[in-house]
Amino acid sequence: MAKAAAKTTATASPSAERRPALAGRSVSATDVKVEVLPPAERISLRAPEASVAALSKALGVTLPKKPKTSTSKAGRTALWLGPDEWLVIDEAGNDPLADCAGVSALHSSVGISHRNIAIAVTGPAAEAAINSGCPQDLSLEAFPVGAASRTILGKAEIVLLRTAEDAFRVECWRSFSDYVFTFLSEGARDAAG
Amino acid sequence: MLLIRCPYCEEERPELEFRNAGEAHIARSANMAGESDDDFEKFFFIRSNPKGIIYERWRHMHGCARFFNAVRDTVTDKFIMTYKAGEPKPAKLPKDSNEVVAK
Repeated sequence: MAKAAAKTTATASPSAERRPALAGRSVSATDVKVEVLPPAERISLRAPEASVAALSKALGVTLPKKPKTSTSKAGRTALWLGPDEWLVIDEAGNDPLADCAGVSALHSSVGISHRNIAIAVTGPAAEAAINSGCPQDLSLEAFPVGAASRTILGKAEIVLLRTAEDAFRVECWRSFSDYVFTFLSEGARDAAG
Repeated sequence: MLLIRCPYCEEERPELEFRNAGEAHIARSANMAGESDDDFEKFFFIRSNPKGIIYERWRHMHGCARFFNAVRDTVTDKFIMTYKAGEPKPAKLPKDSNEVVAK
């Protein structure tokens, strides 16, 4: 799978230029900045308890088993989404799908790099900006640094990851990205207000 | 906003993340072809719709995406308890719900 993908890229003509959704968009308000992050490799991983150890080893990052947590190592982050479901994001340019391909333990890994768009919300008012459309408690006690959760923002489903005390990574589906970005921009302006 | 405890996420989450999925503990017959029309109608269409305590399936749609069971009071809309899918109907409801049960 990964090999085939690499081949296609090598022979791609200039006319097959990729245009990531929202590329380069950013909005700054007082105390909060909303900006689209560069493309990353992502997989949706489903696996039973018995396969977790083997997959963690292959991916080089321990898959978290505790709800609402994430683990991170060398540019690769694994987010707990459900009891047997993880979202693995690789920002270092390595393909996690290829790493899982060699694991014989039962699992399902699906490449979703192009399905998702990541938006960074940073600044002292980041929490308030996201809370404009997300009903979860995002205080540091309830949602500490490293906490990750699938949730909703307005009408769209998002995956939220707290990367720092005042920084969040919002992952959403590509087709929702315009809505989510605009929603966050409005939230940022209100939060700054 | 109503907070619902998800037994898989092990914490209370806002209701917007959840979807109701109908009455719980309705067992599908192992021999569906052998069911009489009356029995099938009961299984497929007839629901208890009580005033008071109801056992329901809920899904943490925009969270862990898991189905689970919840005991809810249809009068007060209070969630009395939630438990994982596949677990038996609780024989006894938690104490602090006695007042609600008595109604």
